[in-house]
Amino acid sequence: MSAKAVSCTIKSPVALQIGDAVSDSSRPGVYITDITLAEPVNIQEISFKNYYTAYLTVRLQRREDGSAKWVTCLRNYCLMSNPHAEAGSHDYFSIYRHQMLTEPDNVTTVRLILRQPSSEWLNFSIEEINIYPCAKEDSERDVPAWISTLTPVEEPLDLNGLPDPETVSSSIQQMWALTEIMQASQTAVEGSYDVKLLSYT
Amino acid sequence: MMDESVSITQIVQRLKGTNLHSQLEKQAKECLHKPEIKLETLKDDVRRLLKASGWERKLQNAVYRELHILPPPGHPRAPPEHTKEPLAYMRKTQVNWEKRILKSLNSMCTELGIPLARKRPVAEQKELTNKWNEMGTDEPDLSKFRPVYAPKDFIEVLVGLKNPNNERSEDLTVRSHWGLIQVSLNVRDILQMVSLPFFISLPSIFLMSRHKELVSEQDSAAAQQYSRQGCPTGLRAQLWSLILNTTNDPEDITHYEQLKARVIHHDLLVDNLIYKDVKLTASNDDYYFVFEDYLYQVLLCFSRDTAVLEHFNYNCATPPKSCIQSKSGSEQCAVVYPPNGVIPFHGFSMYVAPLCFLYNEPSKLYSVFREMYIRYFFRLHSISSHPSGIVSLCLQFERLLQTHLPQLFYHLREIGAQPLRIAFKWIVRAFSGYLSTDQLLLLWDRILGYDSLEIVAVLATAVFVFRAENLMEVTSLASAEAVLADLSTLKVMPLLQIFLFATSV
Repeated sequence: MSAKAVSCTIKSPVALQIGDAVSDSSRPGVYITDITLAEPVNIQEISFKNYYTAYLTVRLQRREDGSAKWVTCLRNYCLMSNPHAEAGSHDYFSIYRHQMLTEPDNVTTVRLILRQPSSEWLNFSIEEINIYPCAKEDSERDVPAWISTLTPVEEPLDLNGLPDPETVSSSIQQMWALTEIMQASQTAVEGSYDVKLLSYT
Repeated sequence: MMDESVSITQIVQRLKGTNLHSQLEKQAKECLHKPEIKLETLKDDVRRLLKASGWERKLQNAVYRELHILPPPGHPRAPPEHTKEPLAYMRKTQVNWEKRILKSLNSMCTELGIPLARKRPVAEQKELTNKWNEMGTDEPDLSKFRPVYAPKDFIEVLVGLKNPNNERSEDLTVRSHWGLIQVSLNVRDILQMVSLPFFISLPSIFLMSRHKELVSEQDSAAAQQYSRQGCPTGLRAQLWSLILNTTNDPEDITHYEQLKARVIHHDLLVDNLIYKDVKLTASNDDYYFVFEDYLYQVLLCFSRDTAVLEHFNYNCATPPKSCIQSKSGSEQCAVVYPPNGVIPFHGFSMYVAPLCFLYNEPSKLYSVFREMYIRYFFRLHSISSHPSGIVSLCLQFERLLQTHLPQLFYHLREIGAQPLRIAFKWIVRAFSGYLSTDQLLLLWDRILGYDSLEIVAVLATAVFVFRAENLMEVTSLASAEAVLADLSTLKVMPLLQIFLFATSV
């Protein structure tokens, strides 16, 4: 997940509604946002932060054999299980390659179709959109599994089998001592707890 | 799958630092001396012996407890405050509310000229140690102190909670929400609650005879399931302790003694707030005044317990802080005040009072109260979108009433008696001090059994339904309150059953 997002231009959303956008009193229920990528990308992940969008459809424009084709890679993906209620309205989401209907390779444009059928909300959109490319050929992730077992991988935890009791007990003692210090430092400074006023931060 | 392994890692990391881990390790080492252990099957033999001696069950209970308080899994890019509470406008309201509380506490402190914390002189420490078991006999002058806030202040904050992205017109239509809570959260309706075997499992003879086994098996999860149908009075204390996985080992007693020592050494301003609260609420209550001393012993220690700070991992509230200058004057350090980060409000002691009927050892009473607070009670006074949070409970109450008794709701609204204004005090205290104690404990059995506070909202609605006829005839808020003033004769389970199963929409 440490891959960098590709640079892209996100166009401002266009509302789709029947009637005149300016004079019509009802709010649009569909927005379309286009994202153009600087160069064709094989997409690994699209991540974003939701803002009251209920359903998301993603279409991709792929460069294939010199021509550009539009395909749908995600249809009506549910972001808010109940469009009238808050659940999911501010959540962070990631859409991965394996969730998509078609291979997101050589993508030049990404089109996000946002739908919010509920009349509860004034606005809806998607924010903090980041598109992550596939890992390069020589990165760690493409290394076959048997090679990674040869080199010792730093694991914070040994979930298989019982760890060595000596190291466990010494690390526990250290942790206890540390928590005691931390607790003490949260409650006192050099043994004193002369609190005068609370601070507003 | 990713979420699962992350959760497992988190739980194992947390358990690694606990007393249970070192005890398990010690037990495993002692197993090695047993003749049944063979080198070839060492791992399996040790596991088998630990299972037979009940240690595996203890570990299971500990894991089960961790699952209860595990913070919800968040998206890798979500900041921590988002994981605790995704809705930005709720976080903002909580922050503003906390600022108001801090200001109130600071101004009380400045007006009275009393420091928020001070070290007690030795003579005072001695006196307090002698008086520890009878602090209730003290009659300090508390007239200058006032509670930092009361439920009636808090309800105004919740009523003012508005989503900026939501347009609410003032028109009263069939579709609009008639109540005070103006946010759209997902709350469960009756149909959703009874389609699961929710709230009302009828006790079966078979299950009732199992309760002795439950206690001997020491299984947290089984005890929790059992509690859904109510605990027998004689076993309730043990079962609750099992569900909450609280122990009364020497380590727990030592921890409690350490807290007591902290109370003796330092005097906190919040202590006076606690005294005042106990005197105003529990001491005036027919059922609870006998436990006054216990309440001080629990609440004063609770304020000093930094272990409570861990619940801020999943509570969107922030503990108040203060800057202390170090003795050398060179550094400033931020410390939490009070040490447990919780400022008591008017009625707080009522969370502890009912537990006094179950536990008479202060350290045991303390452990159970602390666990109940960090699992459930904290949600009743912090602003969040959690289904058991106070906002959801209030909304659920209003929606249930509007859906099932629209005529009553409309009538009460018209006479200026919004139902939530009457029910709020019941909900915020989980009915403590309003129901008779045996009925209250039956209610709290279900809170533990279903691991949710929703039943409090449902009971509030059921009470209104029960007294609907009388309420339809009142013509003012005062008379509506009079109809609902005395709940001490109510029986919780029949009330809930009538409402959930016999009320037609």
